[in-house]
Amino acid sequence: MAKIENIETQLSINKKFDGVFALIGLLSTFVGMLTLAALLVDLGMDGLTRISYDFFTSFPSRFASKAGILSAWVGTTLVMLVTAFTAVPMGVGAGVYLEEYAPKNWFTALIEINIANLAGVPSIVYGLMALGLFVYQFRFGQSILSAGLTLALLILPIVIVATRESVRAVPSSMREAAYALGATKWETTRDHVLPYSMGGILTGVIIALSRAIGETAPLITIGALTFIAFLPDPPITSEFPFISFRWLMSPFSVMPIQMFNWVSRPQHEFHLNAAATGLVLMLMTLAMNGVAIYFRYRFRKRIKW
Amino acid sequence: MVSNGTNGWNTQALGGMMTLQENNIVLKPKVATTMLEPEAPSRETAQVERPIINVENVDFYYGMSHALKSITVTIPEKKATAFIGPSGCGKTTLLRCLNRMNDLILNTRLTGSITLDGKDIYDASTDVINLRRRVGMIFQKWNPFPKSIYENVVYGLRIVGVKDRHYLDMVVERSLRRSALWDEVKDSLHKSAADLSGGQQQRLCIARALAVEPDVLLMDEPCSALDPISTAKIEELIHELKDTFTIVIVTHNMQQAARVSDHTAFFYLGELIEFGETGKLFTMPVKRQTEDYITGRFG
Repeated sequence: MAKIENIETQLSINKKFDGVFALIGLLSTFVGMLTLAALLVDLGMDGLTRISYDFFTSFPSRFASKAGILSAWVGTTLVMLVTAFTAVPMGVGAGVYLEEYAPKNWFTALIEINIANLAGVPSIVYGLMALGLFVYQFRFGQSILSAGLTLALLILPIVIVATRESVRAVPSSMREAAYALGATKWETTRDHVLPYSMGGILTGVIIALSRAIGETAPLITIGALTFIAFLPDPPITSEFPFISFRWLMSPFSVMPIQMFNWVSRPQHEFHLNAAATGLVLMLMTLAMNGVAIYFRYRFRKRIKW
Repeated sequence: MVSNGTNGWNTQALGGMMTLQENNIVLKPKVATTMLEPEAPSRETAQVERPIINVENVDFYYGMSHALKSITVTIPEKKATAFIGPSGCGKTTLLRCLNRMNDLILNTRLTGSITLDGKDIYDASTDVINLRRRVGMIFQKWNPFPKSIYENVVYGLRIVGVKDRHYLDMVVERSLRRSALWDEVKDSLHKSAADLSGGQQQRLCIARALAVEPDVLLMDEPCSALDPISTAKIEELIHELKDTFTIVIVTHNMQQAARVSDHTAFFYLGELIEFGETGKLFTMPVKRQTEDYITGRFG
């Protein structure tokens, strides 16, 4: 028989564990935060001196002091555009289909396992596949289009898995309410399932795009240039129809490759350039995440459980 | 046991279609199987005036489990019909068959026929979407969308393309008045439905179902999670609504069934044990199991 004094001892032990966990959690949070801060400070100390207007508007050069990241940041931006515009609709579409429409049988179970496995495939393998498929088979060449599609394939499993998880989290009572009013599956998905899961989907998209923006290996595999002194064709033209897609077929470089190129040179000045590029790349990632977080906030504000 | 001819008591299993005769008086000699009927097909069924839904020999399976066993029952138009019985007896399953909500559950199977106005709702030619617009549903746990009160009520109209603002406003007011919620929310129509109390949310769900003008309203234990005052409001509502709509209500609460319904069906272990006028069923149950249940001897 437990005495009341014993119960009190037990309760105080329980409370201590509560405090211990909070402390461990706090420390774990700080490990991530401090690493990021240290990284930013380190990059900033090296690179901040190089950041200037000219750094953004100059092409790479043999002279470290004249070299800039114009072709790299334009390349990264355009490649990410292609990636986002292909991976997000496809990933969300596939995730919603698998969760809401697909029959549950051994075949869809197999697809499910495969998608989970795809998320773990090394990125260089995607690069090799893209080299054979996009560059040679489809004759897209060593272009922005090839690069964007490669990264899209790479992050597709992440988007699909995140979409499925957040779609599954929508209470089934919401679907029943819509169906009971005579909504079709598509109407239920469009009006309820997607809006209510959009926060989670966007979180997955943030993680996926953040991974894609830093990828180097698959892009080197498909033939990204390390030195490029011209820009792709502008997407907006002065002549009818004012929009051009010729930039899709341009050769390109991206920021991580530019960094890699500079880091591998012996001169210290180029290392400073690499640090500055790293700083810009991190800020670009943060800005991209900021946009996604803003959209997520907007979506969540409209929905009140 | 007195054979009650005027009410159309009839112990035979109804093989054919229940006829649509008005004032149909069946005077069949009562088979002496009322105490503990060993013959499985023997069932108590009342013939009702103006049936709107006919359930005939319906068997329902969740995978291997046999949830409904040859159910035959008739739901009268513009009346409240209650389904009572202990948990797991199949009353909610049958309710969800009436607007084919069970289609959404994997691995289910239904045999037999359910007709709405004489048309088989499980026929391949039946449009499920249209059926669900005619047969609305209120759930045990209120489930308003996480949107404004206004958007909740008009959702059923929005999906069929109604855009006329004045018409939508009119439907919102009419539906909320019918569900006795208008006076409480008329100044906060654009506030989130999540800010309402539980009882108000349930009445909002009723308003949302009424906005599409269904013929039948299915209610799956609509008050089981509500306090007595909210429950009383919804029961009062059911009394008013049954002049306009056919109501089928599943309830655990026998007093509630007695208060709100005109007819009551008692289910036990997937079988329909007895069906009849509520007053009769509660005062003079024909079957032993019904009597045991309503007097609280089990369940």
